[in-house]
Amino acid sequence: MFSRILTSGLFAGAAAGLITALLQLYFVQPVLLHAELYEGGELVHFGADPVTAHPDLPGMFAEPMRDGLSIIFTMLTYTGYALVMAALMSVAERQGHEINARTGLLWGLAGFITFHFAPGLSLAPEVPGVAAADVGARQIWWTITVAAAGVAMWLIAFGGNLVSILIAALLLLAPHIVGAPEPESFSGPVPTEIGALFAARAFGIGMAAWVLLGSFAGYFWQAEGKRAEAAA
Amino acid sequence: MTTKTLKASAAGTSVLPALFAVVLGLGIITLTGHVQASALHDAAHDVRHATGFPCH
Repeated sequence: MFSRILTSGLFAGAAAGLITALLQLYFVQPVLLHAELYEGGELVHFGADPVTAHPDLPGMFAEPMRDGLSIIFTMLTYTGYALVMAALMSVAERQGHEINARTGLLWGLAGFITFHFAPGLSLAPEVPGVAAADVGARQIWWTITVAAAGVAMWLIAFGGNLVSILIAALLLLAPHIVGAPEPESFSGPVPTEIGALFAARAFGIGMAAWVLLGSFAGYFWQAEGKRAEAAA
Repeated sequence: MTTKTLKASAAGTSVLPALFAVVLGLGIITLTGHVQASALHDAAHDVRHATGFPCH
């Protein structure tokens, strides 16, 4: 059982992570680099003169070490997600739920909501240089919100009655009603257009990544099961 | 006989592999997403921003 979880998690995580890393480098990284020009003071917004919206930005792999590390860490992160997902898939299958590439799409969406969208709804994906509360406080809020959303997703998918749906709704809403840690004042030098584009791109690529991850995990879970059966 | 024993032991420890995989997965996520040690932070910086982790 453990080798099936491990194998499908590793395959799904590495494959989805690699695709995600390339998507992020193409769609998200230029926005981040653009923001860093303001963070570092090379470009200044709110001055008397208009600032070009199209500065020269380094292309993909212009900094091979930086982008290479990003690829490795994206693959690692998505492998972490995939191991959790494959483990939960094993539990769901034991309870009689079908796991395959198609149902995996829904698993991916639920994972995106749990790990990316739920915390991001109040702690919006941030570009470098924006004002934010203490990182430790935000990490605690992030962790609690992800845990609550994860339980909520499971209850919605497998609870099977109205009470579990209501508990799930409460778990999803509560962290946002309590509120995420916010900065005391705004000091970010980055134009709002860049911040908004970054958040939109981060969510969009995140959703694509998770749907791929879920589908891959479902596929490898099934394929590994068949392989083990054939070998037995 | 051997098959029976294997099946019984597999069913008895069925939750443990899943639990261990969850712990391993969450450990990796904590390492890549949250640990603030500067070498890790710098290496994972762009990924943390793009993946929605609180970064700095």
